[in-house]
Amino acid sequence: MATKFNVEVNGTPHESEVDPRLLLVHYLRETLSLTGTHVGCETSMCGTCTVLLDGKAVKSCTLFAVQADGAKVLTVEGLKQNGKYHPIQEGFWEEHGLQCGFCTPGMIMSAYDLLSRNPNPSDDEIRHGLEGNLCRCTGYQHIVNAVRSAAKKMKR
Amino acid sequence: MAMATPNKMIGQKIKRKEDPRFITGKGKYTDDVKLPGMLHLALLRSDRAHARIKRVDVSKARKLPGVVAAYTGKDLAGKVGGVPCGVQNAEGNHYSAGVKLNVPPYPVVAIDKVNFVGQIYAAVVATDPYIAHDALDLIEADFQDQPVVLDVEKAIQPGSPLIHEQFGSNIAFHIPGGPTPEAKAAVDKLFAEAQLKASFRFDNQRLIPMAMEPRATVAEYDPGRDQLTVWSSTQIPHLARTVLSMVLPHPEGQIRFIAPDVGGGFGSKLNLYAEEILVPYLAKTLERPVKYTGKRREDFAATIHGRGQVQHVDIAFNKDGTWLALKLRFFSDLGAQMQLLTPSIGGFTAVMATGCYAPKAFWFEQYGVFTNKMATDAYRGAGRPEATMIAEKAMDVIARETGLDPADVRRKNFLRSFPATPPTGLVYDSGDYSKALDLALETVNYKQLRLQQKQARSEGRLMGIGLCSYVELCGVGPSWLAPPGVGFWDVSTVKVEPTGMVTVLTGISPHGQGEETTFAQITADELGVPMDNVRVLHSDTMAVPYGNGTYGSRGMAVGGGALSMSLGKVKEKAKKIAAHMLDTQPENVDYVNGEVLAKADPSRKVTLGQIAMMAYDFSWKGPGTTPTDIEPGLEETSRFEPSNLTFPFGTHICVLEIDKETGQIHIQRFVAVDDCGTIINPLIVDGQVHGGIAQGMAQTLFEGVVYDENGQLLTGELTEYAVPKASMLGHFETLHTTTPTPVNPLGAKGIGEAGTIGATAAVFNAVMDALAPLGIKHLDMPFKPDKIWNAIHPRGA
Repeated sequence: MATKFNVEVNGTPHESEVDPRLLLVHYLRETLSLTGTHVGCETSMCGTCTVLLDGKAVKSCTLFAVQADGAKVLTVEGLKQNGKYHPIQEGFWEEHGLQCGFCTPGMIMSAYDLLSRNPNPSDDEIRHGLEGNLCRCTGYQHIVNAVRSAAKKMKR
Repeated sequence: MAMATPNKMIGQKIKRKEDPRFITGKGKYTDDVKLPGMLHLALLRSDRAHARIKRVDVSKARKLPGVVAAYTGKDLAGKVGGVPCGVQNAEGNHYSAGVKLNVPPYPVVAIDKVNFVGQIYAAVVATDPYIAHDALDLIEADFQDQPVVLDVEKAIQPGSPLIHEQFGSNIAFHIPGGPTPEAKAAVDKLFAEAQLKASFRFDNQRLIPMAMEPRATVAEYDPGRDQLTVWSSTQIPHLARTVLSMVLPHPEGQIRFIAPDVGGGFGSKLNLYAEEILVPYLAKTLERPVKYTGKRREDFAATIHGRGQVQHVDIAFNKDGTWLALKLRFFSDLGAQMQLLTPSIGGFTAVMATGCYAPKAFWFEQYGVFTNKMATDAYRGAGRPEATMIAEKAMDVIARETGLDPADVRRKNFLRSFPATPPTGLVYDSGDYSKALDLALETVNYKQLRLQQKQARSEGRLMGIGLCSYVELCGVGPSWLAPPGVGFWDVSTVKVEPTGMVTVLTGISPHGQGEETTFAQITADELGVPMDNVRVLHSDTMAVPYGNGTYGSRGMAVGGGALSMSLGKVKEKAKKIAAHMLDTQPENVDYVNGEVLAKADPSRKVTLGQIAMMAYDFSWKGPGTTPTDIEPGLEETSRFEPSNLTFPFGTHICVLEIDKETGQIHIQRFVAVDDCGTIINPLIVDGQVHGGIAQGMAQTLFEGVVYDENGQLLTGELTEYAVPKASMLGHFETLHTTTPTPVNPLGAKGIGEAGTIGATAAVFNAVMDALAPLGIKHLDMPFKPDKIWNAIHPRGA
């Protein structure tokens, strides 16, 4: 039986009726066609599905869509504003913080959460802050550089 | 004299052209493909390692609303071909001419038997993926378990249970001796004469490649045109199309195969999987688009595994540290069924087993063995990390037994003149192994480091310094080395469009390696156009000419070679056209920085844009002025067949300390000196090295596939398998020496796998070095804390 719920995604309000078992990640990807949020494991281990729910990073593969009722969701598609990249996006681009790009949206959203809690993280804090997100391509070094660079930009 | 176009882009840290789509969530991966009326495929996989199928009943599944079709293996038998092995005889490996290879049938859905956990035995297609998965729960099946075969050395013993009874043993192939029939006698003689000998057994454990994007395939069928379009997460769109065409079967020209953005491969998507056959088959049969997206659990169980090799090594050497001979007897754990290149991976170990050294003789024997596990195949390094382990462990054993320093033993045994001819029969293109070793030693201040270690040891601390001087094989070519039906050349087309924009088509299929950027850098320099005016297209069989894809670190070495050739041809044609435009001869003009100038009067010139417009417009100066020696258009295609493989090399040094109380390993420093020849983009090269190191280090420290005694896959999810997180790895220092290869126009050797090949052994040797004062000579990887702690604290001690 479909369940009605309200959610704001990247600033746009949506009233939707979905199967209560529909995962939030599938709601974003299939219902709203926001395919930047990826599915990598469905066990909350890999972090490719990370989005912000009321400002906090969550794994959207382990939440039902209806659990986002009344919440504000920010996905990677919502970061670029007025044609300008978010400093975290710039950081990933400039520091070569991605290769295949599959982990990137989740990684960027986790970095967003990290920098909102800790605007001036050490390398070690970045590495621990991104523990919930796996990357198989980069060995993480350029990701650490990217987040450090983004932190610097965001202070300006 | 012709002025060379100055290089402005090659060698620069240029940020990638592909990145804007990825950082904004606009990349398009296979699971992002959505088509009207699309159906979803879900697969029921065996939870038994070895069993006869008594009954599979999909009738209840078929009745679930939303289910469109459900199939057992019997339903599909004879209607669609099986999963192909590209190595139909063992001659893909040039040592093994005449060696018989047993390739068992591999139906896309198992019919009578399941041979490994994860093998498909039923399939459901539904309107919604949730419903398709619900329907799997309604399928009933009965099995009769069979004894399982797991250990390669036991599997070849007479009396072992058999996986494929028709072969009479579990041996898929046996190479009784190589590289030449005479090698055995030469090795035996040196062993008889040697002052010292040593033996060791090495278990290169299975690994999960774990590309972040699980495998996925979508297919659409157009019955009016009898046209199949397939999107799949693959490294080899053209080869996949050829093989798919044969197994479906469906006319090759009526299959369009697209690899959209691919979320990592590492060799695991250099294949044609059952799902990649089943999805197009179902799309064609049902005349509706079909999608399969693997769950992580499916990917762990039924995407190829890497490594899986047991080696028995004997080395002969002298007291002065000279390595005389290597005897290698090894077993490849092939798994139960063969994927595309399963039998050929061990061949890379055999050919690279002596590393960058010059022992006088080498002999090997290899068994390819069936076990009730997923197939092994190419995973980053593919046979070379295993080979490097042999040579690099040998170096440290020689150092230990002779009392010499490991760095000195390596230097003493290096091949020195190039092209070099190690006893494996290959010819190494170029190298300077001492230079890379010296740079690495200097960077870590090696002498000082050994003194620090002495101090640490006197305090009872377990500090280890591990060296690995590796050479690897990549840029695979020439084509006679490839399995039958496959070439190792690659292709490029360079089109200067009428507006002067440049489109590059390539036959390689990048999935993270960044050739949309590096190929644009090369093109920008060569044609003298801004990088923004260059677009690189790949991975769509309808858009680009037939090429061989991305694997074996071949993108730049082979694909880049083809690109250089086409750019040269475009410039030559541009000069011809420009000469006509300038009323002179081609030999009287120069191509400089995007313009063609008359040599006699450089103020007389035309731009590439003007030349391109003329090439397509072709109206010249009216009737009678059209040149007869030029075809219209400005587009050239070239295929590059390398004359040899390339052999990147380097030295990695790992410094670490082991916490005696916890068995925890703390890496203090990791220095990688890699020589991949010419570097196009240092940012991308470093990214490749970092990722490679992470995967190499992961084999040594964290990762390993575990099947229990029933053949159950215990490491079946990310919750059970330690893919390193950011906090588990540290900072890697990357340095380079540059020794271009003579075998391709760019001098680039390839860098995709080097990090893995160097790092695995460097970390291994560092751990062994740390444990040396305790008299521990060998432990099998991975070095998880409990294993280390138990080694430090033996029971009863």
